[in-house]
Amino acid sequence: MKLLKCPVNGVRPLSEFVFGGEVREMPDPNTCSDQEWAGYVHHRNGAPGMKKEWWYHGPSGTWFIAERDTMRDEVARTYLYGQEDKQ
Amino acid sequence: MPLRLLKYALSREHPAPRFFRACEKPKDSYDVVIIGGGGHGLAAAYYLAKDHGITNVAVLERGYIGGGNTGRNTTIVRSNYLTPEGVNFYNASVKLFEDLSQDLNLNLFYSTRGHFTLAHTESAMRTMRWRAEVNKHVGVESYVVGPDEISKACPQLDISCSGQAPIHGALYHAPGSVARHDAVAWGYARGADQRGVEIYQNTEVTGIDVQGGKVRGVHTSRGYIATNKVLSAVAGFTPRVCKMVDVQTPIVIQPLQACVSEPMKPWLDTILVSGSLHVYVSQSSRGELVMGSSLDPYEVHSTRSSLDFVEGLTSHILDMFPFLSNIKIVRQWAGMADITPDFAPIMGKTPVDGFYLDAGWGTWGFKATPISGKSMAETIANDKAPELIHSFRLSRFEEYELTGEKGAASVGH
Repeated sequence: MKLLKCPVNGVRPLSEFVFGGEVREMPDPNTCSDQEWAGYVHHRNGAPGMKKEWWYHGPSGTWFIAERDTMRDEVARTYLYGQEDKQ
Repeated sequence: MPLRLLKYALSREHPAPRFFRACEKPKDSYDVVIIGGGGHGLAAAYYLAKDHGITNVAVLERGYIGGGNTGRNTTIVRSNYLTPEGVNFYNASVKLFEDLSQDLNLNLFYSTRGHFTLAHTESAMRTMRWRAEVNKHVGVESYVVGPDEISKACPQLDISCSGQAPIHGALYHAPGSVARHDAVAWGYARGADQRGVEIYQNTEVTGIDVQGGKVRGVHTSRGYIATNKVLSAVAGFTPRVCKMVDVQTPIVIQPLQACVSEPMKPWLDTILVSGSLHVYVSQSSRGELVMGSSLDPYEVHSTRSSLDFVEGLTSHILDMFPFLSNIKIVRQWAGMADITPDFAPIMGKTPVDGFYLDAGWGTWGFKATPISGKSMAETIANDKAPELIHSFRLSRFEEYELTGEKGAASVGH
């Protein structure tokens, strides 16, 4: 069974978590071009590597960020949004 | 008799026939370089040579031919999709598949079984009716059937699914078939080779040379090859190849797992799919149950298989067929699937001149092998995509003209 560490609830089975995709900067919809917006809506950084991702712990309703190597499926660290420096 | 057979096997006068030449070293340049020696890449090479007379072609394969998702799928061929564009496209593929053993002069064990997509809820029945109407409109034989007809076709199936998810009905698709997937790759490889195409295994593309927005060549583990046209047909590796040419796509990689049981006497002669139970199952020509499930739930670039998968899948199979409880699973594996947001492929030209994409094949690529090869060959030869694959172009995303196939392309949502 795979495990993941929730920053609030500690190490829990992966089946309690939901993957939320890579953390991405939203361009300003008022100033960006249609093409930039379409790129933000649809395109993804699909190549493997160390990525910052959104994860959700279902039972406690906690959204947090995991830094994960998508090639090796190894999580380097997890933290709540905005609390990166406190880890 | 066994001794005579052994002498024959060891005789130099009767060497084992090779399917394609073992080419030593790639030439300095080719008219077309195809990255990926799976079914799609080899089919494109075959139709480039056969339909368009373009034979100065190299197929570069990182591992061995048919060793990627061509050899990892559950071999189902069908055309009962949701959008008219999708139904037309996959129907053209079924038509090519039906004559493919003759065309390639190789027995692909193409076996038309009939295909039931089971519906366990009223909302699933609504999707089945929708698909049936679209299919009929396009001229594909699909219709909705009730539990009695399903029981008649497959008496072993527990219609109540152990009381967990009673079956309301199904979408029946008469042309649904299975085929020997590795033979498809080998047949296309032999046909392409006979027409002059060169196939290089253990040859990895490490970079693509783009100058002024045009492809100039590819860097490989066996040196540089100059070419103006490159086709990427690399299921599961598409984001890495697209990064070489700086082309943005929506593709995210998620593993898809499958497994087979030990062989049994033939008892299951149809193909059964259940969206609610997340399974599809058929019996192969050597008696194994070939079973697949939904995608793994997050992005991973790995072909590692998991116990979670096989536990989940087999519990659902037992809901459908309780009598299989003593049957063993003998193999399980995973493939890396290119997942697109609309569950339709991405085919055709790209913003880079001379870089063609045959990608986004997610969990639905094997059935499209012949038609995608033929369509991509036409796209490369004419530098223009045929009308048949217009709805699958990469630019549909920035034009917000998605081709929504999610209700028909895979199970598990």
